[in-house]
Amino acid sequence: MANLKDIRKRINSVKSTQQITKAMQMVAASKLKKAQDSVVQARPYASKMSDVLASLAVRVKPGKHPLLERREEKKVELLVITSDRGLCGGYNGNVIKAADSFLKTRGAGGETALLSVIGRKARDYYRRRNWEFQTEELNPGTTSFAQAEVVAQAIIDRYVAGETDAVYVAYTDFQSAMTQTVQIKRLLPVEPKALAEDEFPVEYLYEPSEEALLTDIIPRYVATQIFRMLLESIASEHGSRMTAMDSATKNANEMTDKLTLLYNRARQAAITTELMEIVSGAEALN
Amino acid sequence: MESDKIRLKIASPYREVLDVEVDEVVAPGEGGQFGVLPGHTPFLATIGVGQLAYRQGNQLKYVAVAHGYAEVEYHQVIVLLDAAELSDEIDVDRAERARQRAEGRLAEISPEDKDYVVELAALDRAMNRISVAKI
Repeated sequence: MANLKDIRKRINSVKSTQQITKAMQMVAASKLKKAQDSVVQARPYASKMSDVLASLAVRVKPGKHPLLERREEKKVELLVITSDRGLCGGYNGNVIKAADSFLKTRGAGGETALLSVIGRKARDYYRRRNWEFQTEELNPGTTSFAQAEVVAQAIIDRYVAGETDAVYVAYTDFQSAMTQTVQIKRLLPVEPKALAEDEFPVEYLYEPSEEALLTDIIPRYVATQIFRMLLESIASEHGSRMTAMDSATKNANEMTDKLTLLYNRARQAAITTELMEIVSGAEALN
Repeated sequence: MESDKIRLKIASPYREVLDVEVDEVVAPGEGGQFGVLPGHTPFLATIGVGQLAYRQGNQLKYVAVAHGYAEVEYHQVIVLLDAAELSDEIDVDRAERARQRAEGRLAEISPEDKDYVVELAALDRAMNRISVAKI
């Protein structure tokens, strides 16, 4: 009879796990909605910002600003953006995998690779592998533009000081709740969007001067980029968690069904044995 | 000119604040206030802390703004800002609390402290929001 009790215990434990995954799925769904909204809301600003930068950069001579200047990439910094929390399917694993192969190929070519992390998962992973971090931030899922600005400033400072020749970011691009793709994009040097063939740069009046504006706008543009990538990553995290929890809930469902079947069979077998015993006992009396 | 209106778009990193047709815009540039009427020459300027006013017909409306850029084209003004709040959106109590907090900190630290500037800027923004809300 111990078997019956064991199965019942398993069923209960699977059911309570299912309750948790179900709740997490629902929480992730509502957070995803919010995160998705903020991605969409942040878009006008980000796209306008790159337009302004593009129109400004065509009229300023290259080399006017250190962040526009391209150097030979000898020291490369990679900023890895993951989440703080797990239980979101392959989300963090995918980012780290892409980051790892990037670091490996870059490191092999005699280049020095530097590392910065946002998010506890990446931090723990690379700390175990004895990496040193240039910038280390957590990713609590409530991004503020101020946080992005702080990170951007640190990255810019290192670039201007010549500690890095190029900066890349590994993050997850949010396409839909079901699809997120890991991307590695170059952040520095800044490459302004090229104007289309039929677009002409408009002649502007500037206040203050072009250069002053450019010095002001570029760091902000970098911060905007980081901010956008953070938002995308957070939306992806919730999307990925939602899908993972959805399949976990489904698996739990299947498992309860199987276990229930097993339980019923065991119960039936027990009853049959008991009946057999009674019948054979009665027969022995005759 | 094909149109005598200006399209005014205001966006902060978090959201698009405003997208309306207006007749006139007055913005607090860092080099001084400037007004924009339809057909203005293309113009790019930095914006400081202050009030941006826009006119629709004979109605005047205000937005509390802080730090950013204005890109002016013939019939379009795009303003990118760190922070922007419409006058009827401003939470006066919150702004008041921010003002008191900033004042309290300013009283504690010396003017040489590097946070002094930060707090001064915070006070500036809070005062600006309060004054816009009261218009």
